[in-house]
Amino acid sequence: MPHIPLSPDLPGIRGLVAYRPDTGRSLYELAEALLGENSSLSRAESELIAAYVSSRNECLFCTSSHAAASRHLYGDEAATVDAVLHDIKTAPISDKLKALLNIAGKVQLGGRNVTDEDVAEARRHGATDRQIHDAVLIAAAFCMFNRYVDGLATWAPTDPEVYAEMGRRMAENGYTARFTQIINAREASHASHSTT
Amino acid sequence: MPHIPLPEGLPGITGLLEYRLDTAKPIREMTQVLLRGPSTLTQGERELIATYVSHRNECRFCATAHTAAADLLLGEGETSRAVKENLDEAPVSEKMRALLTIAGKVQQSGLSVTEDDIAAARRQGATDLEIHDTVLIAALFCLYNRYVDGMAAWTPDEPAFYERLADRIVNRGYTRPPEGFANHTYTSTVS
Repeated sequence: MPHIPLSPDLPGIRGLVAYRPDTGRSLYELAEALLGENSSLSRAESELIAAYVSSRNECLFCTSSHAAASRHLYGDEAATVDAVLHDIKTAPISDKLKALLNIAGKVQLGGRNVTDEDVAEARRHGATDRQIHDAVLIAAAFCMFNRYVDGLATWAPTDPEVYAEMGRRMAENGYTARFTQIINAREASHASHSTT
Repeated sequence: MPHIPLPEGLPGITGLLEYRLDTAKPIREMTQVLLRGPSTLTQGERELIATYVSHRNECRFCATAHTAAADLLLGEGETSRAVKENLDEAPVSEKMRALLTIAGKVQQSGLSVTEDDIAAARRQGATDLEIHDTVLIAALFCLYNRYVDGMAAWTPDEPAFYERLADRIVNRGYTRPPEGFANHTYTSTVS
């Protein structure tokens, strides 16, 4: 049961942005900036960092949805996502991505856990300033998203098929379109309920 | 030393928000709406939430800046100090005590917020929106604290810097002026 009344049709963050769209718009704009084409990492890798941080924060909704988005984007190599969620040290990913995920994991614990050596390691494997920045900010942002989603006890589906479809839409439509879709659905719902 | 080169003379979050503008924009806009927009919580009360969470996250830059902002809005420094040192005895309303308790739980993890925490806030008159905003402000400051410290952004020591920054965020808000901060006005004077 969510801690405040939210639309029962909308799980996780979706119900929250429908509840308060003025902040919801910014949250989705941030998600698109971080995970979409302006990220210095691929969409698949950016979504993977989001899923990894969310799994460390034990946020079911965020982990499941962003893992699904990442799997969709990895395509034939979707198993990469699950390997990372299981153990980044043994996952079949580049040393650079491993080092960036390590930084993201340190941010999840707390900003000052990121050491100069963590950053040096990422640079040794070719990470740019911007990639280091983006790994840190994706992690910091998902520490926000996870706390918002779980702090208000939003509901999370448990069916993997539901997440697979959600992930496909997140990956293919992007977050700007997703926000518009939630708001349009909310307005249609209000309109159909105001039958006096 | 920051982990990456950041714009000169812009400490803490200020340089980070000039480094990448497309992520800075929604962060700034959300902050302006949440902390300065219309609310049944006063601006001082909302800055106390930011201060409390930043203090718990041990982010010196953010805690100092928002303490200065809270003190400016409240017209005194005793409340922010008491909230940080011992929330149970701080001179805040019972409603704010309950909301700050929720914020403190969110700082640990969203999953730490219990039904009892929410019920306690409601007993003291907290509304759905006040509970929502408390959680989101706390979550947002978990972003800020990790961003600033995760990038090892420069944290000045001199109080005057934070007073200038507080003056800006209280009187001009969180949004970015069109010309940015190329001719910024709150660099510490280092001689």
